[in-house]
Amino acid sequence: MTGASTRPDRDGDPPSRPPGVPEIPAQPGPTPAGEPLDAVPPGAGPSAGEARPDRAQYAVCVFLAVLGALVLVDAGRIGQALNAADPIGPKPVPMLLGALLLVVAAVYAVDVYRGGAGEPEGGEDVDLSSPIDWRTVLLLIAAFVVNAVLIEPLGWVISGALLFWGSAFALGNRHHVRNLVIAVALSLITFYAFAIGLGVNLPAGVLQGIL
Amino acid sequence: MDSLSALLDGFGHVLTPMNLLIALLGVTIGTAVGVLPGIGPAMTVALLLPVTHGMEPAQALILFAGIFYGGMYGGSTTSILLNTPGESSSVVTAIEGNKMAKAGRAAQALATAAIGSFVAGTIATLLLVLVAPPVVSFAVSLGAPDYFAVMLLAFVAVTAVLGASRIRGFASLLLGLVIGVIGIDQTGQQRLTLGLPQLADGIDVVVVAVGIFAVGEALWIAARLRRRAGEVIPVGQPWMGRQDWRRSWKPWLRGTALGFPFGAVPAGGAEIPTFLSYVTEKKLSRHPEEFGRGAIEGVAGPEAANNASAAGTLVPMLALGLPTNATAAVMLAGFQQYGIQPGPLLFTRESALVWTLIASLFVGNLMLLVLNLPLAPAWARLLRIPRPYLYAGIVFFASMGAYAVNAQPFDLFLLLTLGLLGFGMRRFGLPILPLVVGVILGPRAELQGRRALQLSGGELHGLVGGWVSWLVYAVIVVVLAWPLLARFVVRPLRERSVTA
Repeated sequence: MTGASTRPDRDGDPPSRPPGVPEIPAQPGPTPAGEPLDAVPPGAGPSAGEARPDRAQYAVCVFLAVLGALVLVDAGRIGQALNAADPIGPKPVPMLLGALLLVVAAVYAVDVYRGGAGEPEGGEDVDLSSPIDWRTVLLLIAAFVVNAVLIEPLGWVISGALLFWGSAFALGNRHHVRNLVIAVALSLITFYAFAIGLGVNLPAGVLQGIL
Repeated sequence: MDSLSALLDGFGHVLTPMNLLIALLGVTIGTAVGVLPGIGPAMTVALLLPVTHGMEPAQALILFAGIFYGGMYGGSTTSILLNTPGESSSVVTAIEGNKMAKAGRAAQALATAAIGSFVAGTIATLLLVLVAPPVVSFAVSLGAPDYFAVMLLAFVAVTAVLGASRIRGFASLLLGLVIGVIGIDQTGQQRLTLGLPQLADGIDVVVVAVGIFAVGEALWIAARLRRRAGEVIPVGQPWMGRQDWRRSWKPWLRGTALGFPFGAVPAGGAEIPTFLSYVTEKKLSRHPEEFGRGAIEGVAGPEAANNASAAGTLVPMLALGLPTNATAAVMLAGFQQYGIQPGPLLFTRESALVWTLIASLFVGNLMLLVLNLPLAPAWARLLRIPRPYLYAGIVFFASMGAYAVNAQPFDLFLLLTLGLLGFGMRRFGLPILPLVVGVILGPRAELQGRRALQLSGGELHGLVGGWVSWLVYAVIVVVLAWPLLARFVVRPLRERSVTA
């Protein structure tokens, strides 16, 4: 596995996306001519990333390397419990995986250094030309954590309603009252349908005996 | 004709009012999630795994199969009317389909997609009935070394053949394999549990699937949400004129012929056959000038190829227990949830279940045709759902499902961690499929590998069994070395033949 294997599109393999599809949103990569007409003027915003390599990718390499080291350390701790029925034991597989993670991290770093860039995943509602909106992401995570903390003391109906309401708020919906009605309805319906109807584990919390 | 009578038995099981209702529910949900942006069949099946825990296995599988096929139909609607293909398999459909819609031929594009999907789905499911039993009877004769080799091939295939960057594919696969290692090993040793008792049983596959597919996707879309909604092209009742039929039926059949084999081999996927089908139709068409401006053949062929490859992926999934696309991977997780061991013994141990599932595919396909032709305008209206509600709903159901698996809040934090991992992978262009395949197949591959080495007393030659493992290792080497072969062998040969 050499560096050549990392960019199959340079090596004669058919690219996974058919070339010449004009509708695909321009990627912040080596697409010099593919910019849509209404794109941000050059120099303003993230689509000027053409000249700037995506250095944040090195963080992925670091992450993989650290994970590999962690896996190796953990595997080193495992005592070998060998017997005739299992001559391999639990140790070699994590050892192998840890070593491979280190190798992949190194090759990945070489690929990034040589200008390789991953193509961010597209989708119907994904606007790849806009920068990452961290405020929305953090608000969404906050709503998620609130639910995780409150689900047992307060019960699913309350925490789930907060989760839906908070997520809708995070995603930019400002019809607070309408959202609250939808959120409460949704969590009540799911509680009755799944917890009581299908026997799914959902806590009633403080509303125990009321629901 | 053993399998035929078994299939008829399967139809007998499906054609009960309750199971028909579940099949209808499955295809309806499937079409809806196929149409809805940001949510696909794999995510839906993952979200439904926890809540179907109490259902009968056969019914849950009928539901999942309906979602699987329904998602294909719904996906074409989005790519034709909205021109932002949600999945890589419908990228090609969008090329001509959206051009047709803009030229006022949306009805014909939707019709040829739906009817073509039906034709391809039915033929390909028949092929599944014919192909799967021989594959099974061959596979049961394989030993542990052969299995281990086949699983290695599946790993290499989903990583190196699909997707644009091999190194990113391997990174994703390794992450999945590491997640699969977490927990107490069969020898009683703790591996990567970090001393947390909640991790002793490993991370539940459901939590992984929901975290990576649902939470990761929701976070990723939230970060890059298109503030201006895409323009939906209004559409009436789908229909086709005589000319459209004449131009569609051959592409349907050719698309099926291309799609099924690609789906059935453990490296196929839907991207390559849909693209090949597009190129073929362009070459064979009597109206090549229409390509790029809305040629109906360019919708009919790729859509048929897409559906046929979906049916094809069921061959390795049911016959060998190998997942080759995301939905199949999550469905295998569903098998495991019911304590059903996937693999070649599935057809003998759970014969009734498998044939009921296959019969439900035929039934679901017919339902989808009936559901999609007249109701296309109604489905298109789903595209107007306010995005905050859609993604808030995904987060809501993901949290509910993940909590319900073990009834512990710890899983919600685990879910968030996995969601952030999924977010990062989408940001940096790491493919998702290798990770999920790694989580599901990794532990089984380790088991087979250790079993194989047990016979040889730990010597590495134990990993090489019969000729099957030799063949498979040869294929793996070719796949891994392909970029080098392409540069130093194939390209010089081609250039020589061009200049000669």
